[in-house]
Amino acid sequence: MGSNMAEAHPVAFANVVKAKERGAKIIHVDPHYSRTSALANLYVSTRAGSDIVFLGAIIRHLLETNSYFHDYVVHYTNAATLIREDFRDTEDLDGLFSGYDPESGTYTDQSSWDYERDTNGKPLTDPTLQHPRCVFQIMRRHFARYTPEMVEDVCGVPREQWLRVAQTLIENSGRERTSAICYAVGWTQQSKGVQIIRAAAMIQLLLGNIGRPGGGIMALRGHASIQGSTDVPTLYDLLAGYMPQPSALSAQQTLAEYIDTAGQKTGWWANFPAYIRSLLQAWYGEAANEEDGNTCYRWLPKTIGDHSHLATSYTMLDGKVRGYLLFGQNPAAGSTNARMQRKALEQLDWMVVRDLYEVESAAFWYKQPGFGPDTEPVDSSKIKTEIFLMPAAASTEKEGSFTNTQRLLQWRDKAVDPSGDARSDLWFVYHLGKRLRELYAGSAEPKDRPLQALMWDYDREEPEPGSRILDEPDTLLVLKEINGYYVRQPAQTNTGAEAQRFSMLRAAPHVPGFAVLKSDGSTACGSWIYSGVYPEPGNNRAASRISSDGYTFQKWGFSWPANRRILYNRASADPQGRPWSERKKYVWWDEEQQKWTGVDVPDFPLSKPPDYAPPPGAVGMDAHSGSDPFMMKPDGKGWLFVPKGLNDGPLPAHYEAAESPVRNALYHQQSNPAAKYYRDRPDNRLAAVGDPNYPVVITTYRLTEHHVSGPMTRWMPWLNALQPTLFAELSPELASEQNIKHGEWLIVSTPRGEIEARAMVTRRMRPLFVSGRVVHQIGLPFHWGFQGKSTGSITNDLAHMVLEPNVSIEEAKAFTCNVRSGRLP
Amino acid sequence: MQERTSLPEPLQSVVSQVMQVGSRVQPFSIESHEKAPRIRDAQVVHSVCPYCAVGCGLNVYVKDGKVIDIEGNPDSPINQGTLCPKGSATFQYTVNPSRLTQVLYRAPYSDHWEVKSLEWAMEQIAQRVKKTRDETFVERLPNGREVNHMLGIATLGGATLDVEENYLMKKLFGGGLGIVSIENQARI
Repeated sequence: MGSNMAEAHPVAFANVVKAKERGAKIIHVDPHYSRTSALANLYVSTRAGSDIVFLGAIIRHLLETNSYFHDYVVHYTNAATLIREDFRDTEDLDGLFSGYDPESGTYTDQSSWDYERDTNGKPLTDPTLQHPRCVFQIMRRHFARYTPEMVEDVCGVPREQWLRVAQTLIENSGRERTSAICYAVGWTQQSKGVQIIRAAAMIQLLLGNIGRPGGGIMALRGHASIQGSTDVPTLYDLLAGYMPQPSALSAQQTLAEYIDTAGQKTGWWANFPAYIRSLLQAWYGEAANEEDGNTCYRWLPKTIGDHSHLATSYTMLDGKVRGYLLFGQNPAAGSTNARMQRKALEQLDWMVVRDLYEVESAAFWYKQPGFGPDTEPVDSSKIKTEIFLMPAAASTEKEGSFTNTQRLLQWRDKAVDPSGDARSDLWFVYHLGKRLRELYAGSAEPKDRPLQALMWDYDREEPEPGSRILDEPDTLLVLKEINGYYVRQPAQTNTGAEAQRFSMLRAAPHVPGFAVLKSDGSTACGSWIYSGVYPEPGNNRAASRISSDGYTFQKWGFSWPANRRILYNRASADPQGRPWSERKKYVWWDEEQQKWTGVDVPDFPLSKPPDYAPPPGAVGMDAHSGSDPFMMKPDGKGWLFVPKGLNDGPLPAHYEAAESPVRNALYHQQSNPAAKYYRDRPDNRLAAVGDPNYPVVITTYRLTEHHVSGPMTRWMPWLNALQPTLFAELSPELASEQNIKHGEWLIVSTPRGEIEARAMVTRRMRPLFVSGRVVHQIGLPFHWGFQGKSTGSITNDLAHMVLEPNVSIEEAKAFTCNVRSGRLP
Repeated sequence: MQERTSLPEPLQSVVSQVMQVGSRVQPFSIESHEKAPRIRDAQVVHSVCPYCAVGCGLNVYVKDGKVIDIEGNPDSPINQGTLCPKGSATFQYTVNPSRLTQVLYRAPYSDHWEVKSLEWAMEQIAQRVKKTRDETFVERLPNGREVNHMLGIATLGGATLDVEENYLMKKLFGGGLGIVSIENQARI
C-alpha cells in the first residue's frame, strides 16, 4: 500500500514476482492501477487519504475474530500494559485524544497517554488482556467504529474485497507463515503519514510478523542514500544514530539534562551517554574533555521550533534566511508549493547550488514556468540573489558509501576523476571548512571556539594514484571516524603503563563496534549505529562483496546495526527461545552453548537466557526479561499503543486529508488536529471541504524512467525518449464529463496554481462511490520543470504546504483539484 | 575478464592449422577472432546505482581514463546483473555534454552568468558564510536560554549524497558553524 513498487523500485519488485512464482500472494491497495497492480494477485482500488480506515478495519477484524497471534501479542507487545486512568480516547472526545490544546493546535500535555506504573516506575500489566484500561481493550474500543461498512463508505472499497485482504493476511501469518507490508511516500506524504505507518505496524505486531523472516514493515525509500542521510543525518532535529538535536524548548541546557531527557534508564538506550560523548569526542577532540563533555555539548546549536526544509522556506520567504546551500537538491521544482519555493529563493542574499546540471533552483532568476493568467515575466534586475553554481562530481567520480532501503551500506569505488572544476561534495565541505577555520583562526570570541576546536584534518597521506585532483580528502578516514576509534588505548591491551592517547584520528586504533563505546571520553564515534562498518585497517565491510550463502548474504555490504539483516530478530523465536516453527527458524537460544544463535546476528544480548527475569529496580538491558525482544524500547515491548513520543496521539485515528471532497465520517474532527496548516499564508490557500470548484481528488507519483523533479534524468535523451512529457491520468468517466480527449491538453488547477499536461484517459483511474456520491481521482507524475532537454509544467506548483506533525512532511499524495480541457496561455 | 576461446597463435604454421580442421578447432576467420566486446580490456570498477534506494550493484567499465559503459553487477544479490531503465542509463547521467564543468556566478540583479575560477568561488563563499554567520549568530535567547545557533543560513541536500559527505556536512555546518536548518531530501 502507498507504493507502486514495480515502477518506483523495479529491481526489488523482481524479487516479489519471484516470490509470487513460488506461491506467495501479492496484494496491491492503491488509488492508481499500475504495473504493481497488474502483477498482483489482488488489486484494490481505494480513495487517496483513506488508508487508516482500511487498516483500522483490519485491526478491528483481528481483535474481534481472535485472529491475532496470541502468544506473540501477549509476550512481545504492550497489549497487556495498563494506561493511566486519565487517558481519554477519540471515542470519548469525538476525534481528539486527551491533552489537546486548541489554541496552539498541539497536544501540549501528553502525560495521560503514559502507562500506569508501580512505585518503582514499572508499568502494570494484565496478561489476561481483560482489564478495561489495558492496551488491548483500549484498542478494541478505539477501533470498534472501523467497520467493513465504513471501509465501503470512506475508502470506496467493496467489503468483500477488503475482507479478502484481511483473510489473506491472517492465512499467511502465524507460526508457520509470515507476511510483509511494503509502503513508500504514498503513506508518508500525508498529513497523518506517521499514523498510517503505525496502523500497519500494529497489524504486523498483532499478526506476529515483526522480527521474523519474510515479515516486517518495509519503507521503500526513494533515493540511493536517503536512509544514510537519515542515519548520519543532515536533518535539523537529529544527531547521528537517532539522538535528538538538543532543543532550547526542553530542559536540555547541559549535557546531564540532555541525557536525562533524551536518554532512557532502561533498555538499550541506557547506553545513550556513551554514544553522545563519543560523538562529541569525534567532533571536538581534546576540547570534549572539558567539564566531562559539557563545554562541547553547550556548543551544539539548539533548536527553537520547526526548522525543517519546508518550515524554513517560509522563514526564507520572510527574508530571515540570507544564505542557502543546496547540494543536489532542487526545491524550485521538487518541493511542495514550488511556486512559493521560487519566491523564497528570490529573498536570499546568496546561495550556493551544487549539481551536475543547471537545475531550476539555479535558473529561477531568469526563467519561470507559465502557470496561468497571473504569470509575470521574470525581471532579473529585481532579483538580488547572488548565486554560485558549482559543478559537482557524479557517483562514479568519487568513492564513498550509500545506505540502501534495507539499512545496507555499500561502498562505491571511484572510476574516474570528475571533469574540469567539478568536485565531490566531500571536497567542497572539507575545503570550505578549512577556509572558514583560517578566517576564524585569530578570533577570541566564544561563538567561534566550536569551529576552532573542530577535528578537521582529512588530508590524504599521499594523493590518490592516477588522479589529477591532489587535494581530495581521504574518504576512508571519514568512514573511520564514523565507525569510531580509541582516543585512549583500551584497558585490556594496556599493560600497566599510562594509557596511550591518540590525538590523531589517523593513528588511533579502530573500535570493533558500538559495544565498546564509553562515556568517559576514551572513545570517539561519529555515528554509533554504523560502528563496526570499519572495524580494523583494511577491512571496510561496506566494500565487502562476497555473495555466498544465498540467504542472508552476511558478507555483502554491512547492514547497521552490527550487520543485522532483520531487526528485533529475537522475536523470531518463542518466549522460551525456540523457533516458532521449523519453517520460519531464524534466531534461537542454543541450550548447550547457552547463547543465542541463528542465521543472522542475534538482535539480543548473546548470553541472556530466555527465562531471565529482571530484579526490581534493574536498569539498562538488565531491566528487560529474556523474552523482551524490542530492545530499544524502555519496556522491551513492541508498541501497539505509543505512550510517549508522538505529536498526534497514541493510536492512529482517521482524519480526512487537509483538502478533501467529503466530511470525516468517523469523527467531527475533520483533519489531523495536530498538523501544521499555515492557514495565515496567502500562497497556501486550501480548498474547503467539498468545495465544488475543486471536487477531484489528486495524487502524484513517479514513473520508472524519471527521477523526482528530473535533475538526474531530464538531461538524458535515452530516458526522455521513453517518457517525453508530463501527462495526467484520468478515468473515461471524468474525461467525458469535462470533454477532455485522450492525448490532448488539459489544465489542472488548485488554489495554489495551474499547470498543463497531456490527458491520459485510462481505466487505470476509477471513479469511486464515497459517502453516497461519485468521487473522481486523477494522478500525475511530478518529474518536470522548465530546465533540461524535456520540459513541462511543475506538478508541485499545485500542492499545498500542510505538514505532518511528527516529521513535517507535506501532503502531496492526497489533495483536491479541478480539471478542464485546454492549455495555459 | 577471462578469455573464453584460445586465439590463434600467429606463428603457428598453416599446415598445423589445416591438420586440425575437423578435429577439435572450429574454423575462424582472423576477423572473427579479433572481434570482442569493447569492455573486454576495460578496468571494472564496482559502484552502486545513484537513483532509487534499492542499491543495485553497478560495474563501471573504464578504458583510457574514460567511462565507456555501465552495467548491472551480476554478483550483486540485490540485482543479479539486472537494472531498470534509469539504472541502465547511468552512463548517460555521468557522461553527458550538458554537465557543468565550470563555476558559474550570477551577481545580484545581473541578467547573465559569468564563468569564475574554483579558487575565487571558494573564497567568496567562505566570506559570505562568515559574514552571514557573524551577523546572525545568537548565543542566548531573550529569556536567557543558551542556543548558540544561527538561523541566517540553511542547507538542503539531496539523498544521492554519500554517508561520508552527510557526516562532514552535519559536523561542519552544525557542530562548527551553529546552523540549525541542515536538511535533506530524506524528509521529503
